Amino acid sequence: MRPLIVIRRIPNIDFMGWHKVGFALSAVLTIGSIVLFLTQGLNYGIDFSGGTLIEARTQGPADLAKMRSTLDGLGLGEVSLQGFGSPDDVLIRVPRQPGDDKAQMAGVEKIKTALGSGVDYRRTEVVGPTVGKELVRAGVEATVLALLAIAAYVWFRFEWPFGVGAMLSTVHDTVTTIGLFSLLQIEFNLTTLAAILTIAGYSINDTVVIYDRVRETMRKYKTIEFGALINKSLNETLSRTILTVSTTTLAVLALLIFGGEVLRGFSIAMLWGIVVGTYSSLFIAAPMLYYIRPGRGGRVKGGGEDKPAAEKIAPQRAN
Amino acid sequence: MLYFPKWLVTVILAVCALGVLLALPNAFSEETLAKLPSWLPHQGINLGLDLRGGSHLLLEVDMSAVTRERLDNVVDGLRTELRSAHIGYTGLETANDQVRLTLTDPTQANAAREAARKTDSELDTNIDAQGHVTLTFNAAALQARERSAVDQSIEIVRRRIDETGTKEPTIQREGEDRILVQLPGVADPEHVKELLGRTAKMTFQLVDDSVSPDDVQRNRLPPGDMILPLQDDRGPRPAGSPPQTIVVKKRIMVSGDTLTDSQATFQNANEPVVSFKFDATGARRFGDATRENVGKRFAIVLDNKVISAPVIREAIPGGQGIISGSFTVQSASDLALLLRAGALPAPLIILEERTVGPDLGADSIHAGTLASVVGVILVIVFMIVFYGLFGVFAVVALFFNLCLLFAALSILGATLTLPGIAGIALTLGMAVDANVLIYERIREEVRGGRSLISSLQAGFERAFGTILDSHVTTLVAGALMFWLGSGPVKGFAVTLSLGVLTSLFSAILVTRLQIVTWLRRTKPKVIPI
Repeated sequence: MRPLIVIRRIPNIDFMGWHKVGFALSAVLTIGSIVLFLTQGLNYGIDFSGGTLIEARTQGPADLAKMRSTLDGLGLGEVSLQGFGSPDDVLIRVPRQPGDDKAQMAGVEKIKTALGSGVDYRRTEVVGPTVGKELVRAGVEATVLALLAIAAYVWFRFEWPFGVGAMLSTVHDTVTTIGLFSLLQIEFNLTTLAAILTIAGYSINDTVVIYDRVRETMRKYKTIEFGALINKSLNETLSRTILTVSTTTLAVLALLIFGGEVLRGFSIAMLWGIVVGTYSSLFIAAPMLYYIRPGRGGRVKGGGEDKPAAEKIAPQRAN
Repeated sequence: MLYFPKWLVTVILAVCALGVLLALPNAFSEETLAKLPSWLPHQGINLGLDLRGGSHLLLEVDMSAVTRERLDNVVDGLRTELRSAHIGYTGLETANDQVRLTLTDPTQANAAREAARKTDSELDTNIDAQGHVTLTFNAAALQARERSAVDQSIEIVRRRIDETGTKEPTIQREGEDRILVQLPGVADPEHVKELLGRTAKMTFQLVDDSVSPDDVQRNRLPPGDMILPLQDDRGPRPAGSPPQTIVVKKRIMVSGDTLTDSQATFQNANEPVVSFKFDATGARRFGDATRENVGKRFAIVLDNKVISAPVIREAIPGGQGIISGSFTVQSASDLALLLRAGALPAPLIILEERTVGPDLGADSIHAGTLASVVGVILVIVFMIVFYGLFGVFAVVALFFNLCLLFAALSILGATLTLPGIAGIALTLGMAVDANVLIYERIREEVRGGRSLISSLQAGFERAFGTILDSHVTTLVAGALMFWLGSGPVKGFAVTLSLGVLTSLFSAILVTRLQIVTWLRRTKPKVIPI
C-alpha cells in the first residue's frame, strides 16, 4: 500500500529573505497584544474575576428581554445574558457581588427565585473572590514557570542561543494568543489558561525539530554561510513541520466543531496557538539564530553522516 | 535498532495486551460489567462531575470567627480576674486578633500576667514599661486548634451529608483549612448548602425576666446577661421595627454536645416539632437545672438565636424533651438532622460552587466523544493518505496508544473531565507526530541514497532525540497544569501527560515492531513511502 500523496521535492523557500518582515510583523503583533491587554484587557471568566455563571435551559425559545428585565430588577449589578448554542439555552453572568464570599452565594438564590420554575439549571458556577485571586496568581505563576522551564530544557539540550530563541518564540506565541483573546473578547477562563500552557509546550515542538536540524547541519557543513544554513534546515524540515501541525490541527478542528460550547474557547486558543506557533518557528525562532549565533563547535569534529546518532541523544553543549 | 531481542518483543506485546485488557471495562455498561467473570478487570475511568452531573463545593473553615469569639470571652474573663486581683486598668478592648489594655500602675505587671494566665492558658502576654498590655493567642496553640477544627468539621460535614442520603459523596481536606465536597448526581445543592451553612451550636440558657424592656433598650444589663434575638421564623417583621430580643443568662445550663439523638415528630396532631434526648451527663444537668428553676423560663438557643423560651413547669428528669417553635416539616427535619450530626466547631464559608445538571453532563460526554471520534477518523485518513502502509502501522500504534491511555487512567483511578476529553483528542493528534518525524526522516535517508535497512535504522535513531525533546516540553507544561490544577484543568493535565507518555511507547516501540515484522515477512526491495 503506497501513500496517495508524497511530498518528494525539497522546497527552496527563502525564509531568511523574509525574516525581517516576519520580525516586524511579530513585533507589531506582540506590541499590539500587549497594548490590547493593557487597554481593553481580557474578558475574564468567573474563574478569575469571581462571580456567578448560570447556564439555564428554558421551555421553548428563551425570551432574553424579559429575563433581562427580571434580573436587572434584582440589583445584582450588570447581569449579562447571552444565547448559548441552542435558542433554549441562556448563559447568565453575574458580576462579583460586593462583599465577601457569602455575598456571592446569596446572589444565586435570588436569581433562581426570580426566574421561577420552568427553568432547568444546567450549570451553576459560583466563584468567590478568595478563590478567584488564588487562581489568578497560580495561573500567572504556572505560565511564567512553564516558559522558563521549557527554555531551560532547550538550553540544556542545545546551547544557550537556542534556549533564548525558543523562549522568545514561545513568549511570542503565548502573548499573541492572549492578544487574540483580548481583541475578540472571548471569555478567558481556567480551560483557556490550560490551552495557553499547552500551546507553550506544543508550539516549541516544531522549533525543536528545526533546531535539531540546524545543529546537525552546523556539524555537517562547517563553512556554509549561516543564513543559508538556517534556510537549508528550514526547507529540509518543512514537510514534517507541515505534517505534524496538520494532524494536531485536525484533532483541534474536530474539537472546535463538535466539542460543544464549553470547549469553544479552548479550541480557538489551541488553533491559534498551533498556527502562530508554526509561523514563529519558521520566521522567528530559526532566523533569530542568525543574530544570536550558536558557536559552530570546535569540539564536534567531523560530525556528518555516520556519527551523530549517539551524540544526539546525549546533551550536546559546545562551550 | 532494527534488531529486537525476544524479551523486548514479549514485553511490548504483553504491555499492549494488558493495555487492551485494562481499558476494556470502559467499553461496557455497568450491567454488562457485573456479569463478567471476576478475574477480568472491572475498574473503569471515573467520570468527573462535569460529565456525570453533580455538585462541587469548596468550603473554608472560618477560624477567624472562632478566634473573635474567644477574644470576646477573654475580655469578659479578664475583667473579672483583674477586678478580683485589685488591678487597675483602662482601655480594655479587642483589636486585630489581640486584646489590649493599659495598667494604671505599671508595677503590677506580674500580677496582670498571672490574671491573664488564669483567664486563658494559651495567651501570650506582653507588657511594656508604661503598662501597655497586649494579649495574643499562642501561635502554636492556635494552629493546633485550627487543625483539629478542620478535622472535626470534615467529620461533621460528612455526617450531615450522609444524613441527606447523597450517594458516594467525596469529602476531603484541601490545603490548610479547606474542605472539598463533591456530590455526584446532586443537581440542586441549595439544601446541602443551607445545611452546611449553619454551625448548629445549641445551648439551653435561663431567661432573665428581671430586666425591663427599658434597660434592654439602653443596653443596661446586669453582668452575666446577654441579649439574643428571636429567630425570625414567624414571617418577616414589619420594616423598621427592631428585631424581637430576649435577655438570657450567659451561663450555659446544658449544651447541645450532650445530645444523643434528635428526631422530627409531630405534636398536637399536626404541629412539627423536634424531639431530643440527652446522654447521662446532659440528662443529669438538665434535670438539676430544671428542678432548681421551676416557674422560670429557659431559652433554647441555636446559633445565637432563640428558637423558643418555654416556662419550666416542673423538673424534667428523663433527659428527653421537645422543641416547638413554629417549624415547618422541612425546618423541623433539618434541625433534627443538624442536632444529630453535631455542631461545627467553626462556621463554614462556601468559596466556590460548581454544579452541573445531568443533561449537560450527558451532552458534554456526547460532544466530547463525537469530537474525539471525528478527530481520530481524520487523523487515520490523513496518515494513510500520506504514508500508505506505514500510515496503517501508525494507526495500529495509535489504537494501542488509546488503549494504554484508557488503561492508565483506569488503574490510576483518574477522573475524566470534559477538558480531559479535549486532552485525549489533542494527544491523538500529537501522538502521530512522532510517526511523522520518524517517517519523514526515513524518506530523507532514502532520498539521500541509503539502503532500505539503513534508512529505516537511521530514521528511528535520528528521530528519537527530536521526539524526546518535543514530548518533554509538553510534559513540562502538563506537570505545571497539574500543579496549578483546579478540578477540570487537572483532568486535562492528567490525560495530556499520560497521553504523551503512552505515545512515546506506542509510536516508537509498537511502530518499530510492526515495521521489523513486516521486513522479515515480506523482504521488500523498496520502502513504500
